[in-house]
Formats: sequence, structure tokens, C-alpha cells
Amino acid sequence: MSAGRALASHYKEISIAEFFEKNRHILGFDSPQRSLFMIVKEALDNSLDACEEWGILPEIYVEVAKKSDDTFCVTVRDNGPGIERIEVPRVFGQLLYGSRFHAVRQSRGQQGIGITAAILYGQVTTGQPSRILTKTQESDVGFEMYMQINVKENKGTVISEKPVIVSYGHGIEISITAKGRYQTGKQSIIEYLRETAVVNPNMNLTFVDPDGVTAIFRRSTEKLPDPAKPIKPHPLGLEPGEIIGLASVTKEKDLRSFLTGEFNRVSDHVADEILKESGLDGSVSPGEMKAESALKLQLAFRKVKLMPPPVDCLSPLGDEFIRRGLMAVYEEHHPAFYSKPVTRPVSVYNGNPFSVEVGIVYGGELRADDQVKIIRYANKVPLLYQAGACAMTRAVAEIDWRPYGMDQKQGTGVPFGPMIVLVHVYGTRVPYTSESKEAVAAIPEIIEEIKLALKSVGRGLKSFMNRNERREKANEKFNLVMNIIPEIGKKCSKILGREEPNIDRVMSLVANVVFIKEESSKCDGGFEVLVRILNYTSESRAFTLYAEPVSGKIKGEAMWAIPSIYPAGASEITFKVMTESDKYPGTDYYTTGINPVLVHGAEPLPGDWSLREEEAVEDGQ
Amino acid sequence: MGSEVKKTLESMVEGIYNALGGGEVPEIRMSSRNRDNIVLDKLSSVWKYGDAKVSRSLRTTDGANYVLKNMYMIDFILEMLRDGKSSTLREMYYISEGWGRAKFGTQDESDLMAEDLEVITSLIREDFKLRPEENGASIIGDITIEERSRKGDFKKINCKDDVGEAGYTIPNNVESEKLRLSSTNAKFVLALETGGMFDRLVENGFDEKFGCVLVHLKGQPARSTRRVLKRMNTEMNLPIFVFTDGDPWSFRIFGSIAYGAIKTAHISEYLAVPTAEFIGVTASDILNYDLPTDKLTDKDIAALNAELKDPRFQTDFWRAEIETMLQINKKAEQQALAKYGLNYVTDTYLPEKLGEVGGIT
Repeated sequence: MSAGRALASHYKEISIAEFFEKNRHILGFDSPQRSLFMIVKEALDNSLDACEEWGILPEIYVEVAKKSDDTFCVTVRDNGPGIERIEVPRVFGQLLYGSRFHAVRQSRGQQGIGITAAILYGQVTTGQPSRILTKTQESDVGFEMYMQINVKENKGTVISEKPVIVSYGHGIEISITAKGRYQTGKQSIIEYLRETAVVNPNMNLTFVDPDGVTAIFRRSTEKLPDPAKPIKPHPLGLEPGEIIGLASVTKEKDLRSFLTGEFNRVSDHVADEILKESGLDGSVSPGEMKAESALKLQLAFRKVKLMPPPVDCLSPLGDEFIRRGLMAVYEEHHPAFYSKPVTRPVSVYNGNPFSVEVGIVYGGELRADDQVKIIRYANKVPLLYQAGACAMTRAVAEIDWRPYGMDQKQGTGVPFGPMIVLVHVYGTRVPYTSESKEAVAAIPEIIEEIKLALKSVGRGLKSFMNRNERREKANEKFNLVMNIIPEIGKKCSKILGREEPNIDRVMSLVANVVFIKEESSKCDGGFEVLVRILNYTSESRAFTLYAEPVSGKIKGEAMWAIPSIYPAGASEITFKVMTESDKYPGTDYYTTGINPVLVHGAEPLPGDWSLREEEAVEDGQ
Repeated sequence: MGSEVKKTLESMVEGIYNALGGGEVPEIRMSSRNRDNIVLDKLSSVWKYGDAKVSRSLRTTDGANYVLKNMYMIDFILEMLRDGKSSTLREMYYISEGWGRAKFGTQDESDLMAEDLEVITSLIREDFKLRPEENGASIIGDITIEERSRKGDFKKINCKDDVGEAGYTIPNNVESEKLRLSSTNAKFVLALETGGMFDRLVENGFDEKFGCVLVHLKGQPARSTRRVLKRMNTEMNLPIFVFTDGDPWSFRIFGSIAYGAIKTAHISEYLAVPTAEFIGVTASDILNYDLPTDKLTDKDIAALNAELKDPRFQTDFWRAEIETMLQINKKAEQQALAKYGLNYVTDTYLPEKLGEVGGIT
């Protein structure tokens, strides 16, 4: 943004639009296949931002229609609030226009140039205007407009406009015809939509590809995310050019009130300090600010004591969105484990608040011999390109995953295993490696936060694997004692033609444990669970058993006093797990009143049983 | 004999049965069949299993599965003894398909367990009515044997006059109830690794010219082949000379003939000929005769290094030869001698080598 503005002021005869027309690669429109993708991305990002800001559950329609071998028409329709018809040329036709200029706020689009660049690309490659249909709640009709961008003057020109009757209350539909190539695969429109669906589980999205094939991603929650609050820019996050920019549009009359009024965390006292450090006069008009003064201000900002920016200006995806989104999109792989997502507390780099969220999916039918799939998001937008240059990939590769049970050569590099890692970096200003926003820059503070979050989900993965391993061992021993040893007894007596020996004592000697084994069967509203408790120790055993389903709820009490069971004796309990799932989610069992080493199939009850939820949240801090 | 075998096997089962009923965890103990547990028996000069034992107990799943499979195998053997049948090792492997949980995963597993049973009971697989499927090797030379035919009468066969070019085929069972060694005019036995060399010596009339018996080992010799060599050595006082390729695997062939094989160390006394002499191809031959060679592979090098640690090869001769081979990084086939013409091996090489060890005087 600062580069664009600096150029605009120095070379008045070249508009920003003209500049970008000549440098479209900077915005990501540098290859035919990528250009179609960029058009969908820019339009969809805007739609989702609008829905989120207005608290609307998104209904999105995306279509890529083939016009000729190398020409496609991309249409994106949303159910956002729509915009006034007179605003259309400015919103869609002017680079750097946006409501976000004065305030700093976390959003998908940040520069107010994306969609205009997309329209411009279509115009340059096909000469055709873009079609925009907007309908607001207040208006009775929608307006369909054909618009072109006047490159010299950096503004949109409406060629034709007519009112149309639409069946919906509000929304925007934009169609851009452009040259391009449609492709599928890792870096494709469909993959972008799929990854978008993961982090927007409250969205219904329909996609029609050039062959007319329809893909639908259905909403799995009706929850609305808390919208991000706009904040004023924090002094530490600004370059001199941006300070000049703010100064040129401010309504404040003097420099001192400019400081207190337009910046975050600048009190009267702090403003005085800044003026003192910079040696500037607080009474001059900010509108006349020169580069020299801006530089002095920037230096002064670093010398005074400033509070970090407030943290409530950020909007995370949150635990539920990550979990539901991953489940809805990756369910077809039947993963064995979804981690509890981890959201890091807000940190600051360079005066910009940011944070990190991480979730993982593990096992099932995910491929075990492939590298782990990393799905990267910046401000809720999937990043498909330049994975190698991205801070998120770097953070994954820098962690030694071996202690968490993954395969990794020499403890470095992207690990191998049946896993998908979701990483989301969000903030008021996410630092990208380039203007086309494809990779997050490797800022040490950001990498460190991602690593902390990854390690936290890694611990969850490890404990899942340990639990699985213990279950397998318990099953193996159960099989040994309950099946193999009795069969040896039978075979020996058959060979010798004698009676079968009583093997109870040997079974107890070999096992020396109490087995807790469950069997489940589907029933109305959930699963009926039968738990068999077999005492293969040499003494009578009594204890208390607790059950906690991995998901779903137990109907009634989840605690049982197991009365004394004689050696080689057995006892049974039954209960019902209420769940909507078609697959029995599994149950964790815990015991008290018995030496835990004597129990197979249950863990000792943690001392903080009643605090378990809080404990889990603590772990994510 | 059959009732002795039955008694031994049943007492093994009884041991398990009694432990189970008596409240003790049953186990099967046997000599460790590992290279580290091979010791030289001074009396017989062959290598046998040492004192190290391993035990398979019902405390672990692996141990219990082993015992279960063992019981099924014993049951199968007892059934064959009762019905007067026998089976090949491969047939037993396939029969185990019907044993449910006790089914063998591979034939290697069932073969190994049959050998284990020999080690545990001090019986041999012939006692168990189990036989290998492969044919024995061939013999050509002036030796007369008597083999019992299917009708039950013994038939005299002279291995020079009564056989074709392929020679006399050694049967699987070479014990005296099946095979008798009756007479010979030969002065020694020459055992050959490859068929090509066997044919070359037959065509050149080496057996008649030097008065020897030629035995084709067919690679790693089967038990029956080794047993026949052992009997020719002890019953007819024929010295045994072994002529193989010059590579680490051929050294092992010689080791199994002269010292006893690791897998069959429980019956070394019965199979091994401690006086057998190795006449080549050695690493020194490669240098002295300037033979065409191949480079050692990684597997060859690993095998040579393993032999340096093998207790059976701890002699000055073997140390020097193995180290030389590693150093020159080359191996050679017996037939590499053809470099000097088809008669070179019979006219020059073998007379020289046999002369060195006193085979030809």
C-alpha cells in the first residue's frame, strides 16, 4: 500500500490502476490458471467479509463457465448486505478504496485492491466489462450494471444500468469474463473452496465447474463468529508513508490531537512525550506533514513507553469452527482422531496484534506414507501457493515431531504420517511475503507462536496414540488369556485323551489383572454399551468405575461401585451413550480404589477429575 | 522305534498339561539355535549347540502361540505315526491351514519349528515322518550301493556302470534301512558345488583317471547329501575334498560339510565330516591363477564380515582367505578356470590343488 501511494504522489501522470495493469503479477494474475483462481478468491473473500461483518450466515454460489478454449466467465453470488448502486463504481472500480483505510481491523481482504484488480484483469484480457448485480434490503429492486475501469483516472465507469427483480432480499453477484485456464489439483479453485469450507462451517457453498459438475459444501453450524472490532492503528505498526497518509485525511486540526485522536494507545501524556522526543510542534496542522516529520514521529514512537494494542480486536475461528469444519470436510477419510484445537493468546509483532490457531486430524484412511498435509490460513483465507516460503510450513518443519509419534528424518522437515495440520495466523496486519498474499513472512514472533500451538496439539496426539497403544496391549493380553491359553489346554487334553485341566490359576498368573472390556450395539438415540469386568488376579477385587465417552453423553450416572469379584470371577454393567454419530465413539474408563497396574482397559481416575475441562483449556493457553 | 517317538512326544505334551492343571505357567525350553551358541565338541571335532537355553512360555502372546502350534504339530505327527503315513514339510505347512489360530504364517516358520522339535526331543525328522521336498544330489564314480526299492528288496547299483550321465540320485532317506554302501575302488570323494563343473569333470573322465567319486552338491547340500558324504567317509574311509566357487556363500557350503551347519548343529555329529578339505576356489587362487572375477556385492561383504565372527571359521587359513577376499574385493566362479581351456581344470588345477592336500600322491 505504501509503495502504491508513494508512486502515485511522485508520478502523477501514472495512475495506480495503470501501474497495476503493467505489474499484474504483483497481485497474482501472472498465469492463466492462477488468474481464474485469483478472481474467485478475491470475490469470495469480499463476500465472506461482508457476511461476517453483518452477522449473516453465508450462502455462496460460485460458477466458472467456459466461453471459449481460453476464456471463462467467473460468477460469485453472496447473500451479504449488498451495496448502494451509487457506491458500485467506487467499491469495485477504484483501487485502494475501502472502508478500512482509517481503521485497522482483521479482515480477509486488507488492501482494497483485490476485486478491482480482478475486474481490471478481465478487462485487459478480454476487453469486456464486468457485470455487477447488487440488491440491498432497503431497495425494492436490484440493479444490474456493466462497468469498466478507467485506467487513467483510477475510477469505475458504468456503461449500462438497469433495475432487475430478484427473488432474494440482499446480496451481490459479480461476473467477470477473463482469459485463463481451468485446472484441478493442489492449487485449484475447488481446493480453495474446500479449504475455505473448513474454516467457514457456517457457510453453504455451491460450486459449478466448467463441465457443469456441481459440488456442494453444507453448513454444519449456524453459529456466527464474533466479528472483529476495528481499532485505530497502533503507532508501532506504521511506516512513515502511512503516517503521512493518515495525516492527510484526518479531521483533527493540530498535531497533538492528531496523535491522541487517530492512534491507538496514545493518551494526552503519551502525546506530550512523543512531541518532546520528536521535537515537533504540537500545534501545527497535520495535513501539511512532510516525510521528514513522519520519520521523526516514527522514531519517537519507538522511544516512548506504549501499551501493546488491545487484543479484542481479533476474531479467531474458535474451537468449534475448527473442529466442525475439519470434521465436515475430512470426514470421508474416517480419521481416528481430531485434536482439541489450540488458540494462542494474542501476541504483538511490530505493534500489530496477531494470534495463531492450530487443529489436527489424524489416522483413519489418511495416507500414512505421505508427508503431512498442511492447510494454511491467514485471516480465514486459505493459502495455496508458496508453501515452502511460508512461516506456517517453516514452523511445522522446525518442530521435532518424533516425540509425538510421527515419522520425521532427523527430527526436522515436514513429517510423514496420516495427518492434516490446520494453521491459522490472524491479525490486524498479517505480514505477507508479497502483495499477492500467498505466504506469511517468517517473522520470528509468529513462527514461535505457531510452534507453541503445534506442540500443544502434538501432546494431545501423543496421548491419543499412547491410549491406543495401551488399548491394543490390553486387547492382546485379553486374547492371550481368554483364547490362546484355553485352546492350549484343550489341545493337550485331546492329544492325551484326558479331561481338560482347570486353567484358572494359570490364567490369573499370566494376566494378573482385572480386564475391563466393552461391547457396543446401536440403539435408538445412541449406543447400548455392555462392560464386562473379569478378575484375573489371585485375590478378590472391588473398586469404583467411571466412564466418559469420547463424544456424546452417558444417559444417567457415569459411576459404578463394582462389588467384590472373586479370582476368575466376572461382573457386568450396562449403560447408554447418547450420540448422533453412526459410529460408536468409544469410551474412556477410569477407576479408583484399586492399584492401577492391576487394571487393563481403564486408567486411574485423574485427581483433577472435576476440573478436567478447565485443565484442557489451560493446556491450550 | 515308532512307539519310542510317540512316548517322547506325548511326554512333552504331558509336561504342558500337568503344568496347566497344577497352576504353573507352562514353558518349552530348548538350546538356543543362534550363531553365538555354537561350540566345538572336542570329542567329535564338529560344532554343536552350547549350553545357552531359550524358553517359550505362556506368559507372552508369542510364546503361547508357539506352544499352541507346537501342540498341533505333535498331534499331526502322532496321527501320521498311527496311520503309517508320512508328509513333506511343505505338505505340513499347507495342512496347518486348517489349524485356525495355530496356522503357520510361512513355510520357514513350520520348517524351523520341525527342527526345533528335533532339538527338543533329540530325535530326527525322519522319526517324525517328515521329509523335505527337494531331490538329493547326484553321484558318479566307482562306488556300489544297495538301495531298497518300493517292493522292499535291495538293488545293487554301481554309480559308474549302472547310471546315465546324470549319475545316481541320492534319495531323501539315506539311513541304513534304505541305503547300504557296499563296495568301492575309489581313493577319495570330490564334492562339487555346481552342475557345470560336475559335467565338465564327468566329460573329461576325471573320476576314472584319478579314481574318485564325484558328488554334485547342488549348492547348499541337503541333509541327505551331507549324510551320504559322512557315511562314505566313516564306512569306506574315503577322504572328502570340497571344490566350490570362490565366494562367501561357498565357504558356508564347506562349513556345513566339515564343521556342521548352525541350523542343524543338534545333528552335526551325524552329518559333518571334520576331516573334509577345502581345495578352492580360494581368494589366493584368484590371485595365483589370475582368474576372471566379479566385484563383491554389499551382501557378499556383509557375509564375509559375518564369517569373520563365526566361531567355525576361526582358523588361520580361513581368516587369511576371508581377509584377502575382502581386501581384493573380488570373487570368482569355479568355471572361471575355463579361461585357460576346457582341460585346464582337470589337467592342471585339480591335480595341483589335490596334490597340496595329499589327495593325489
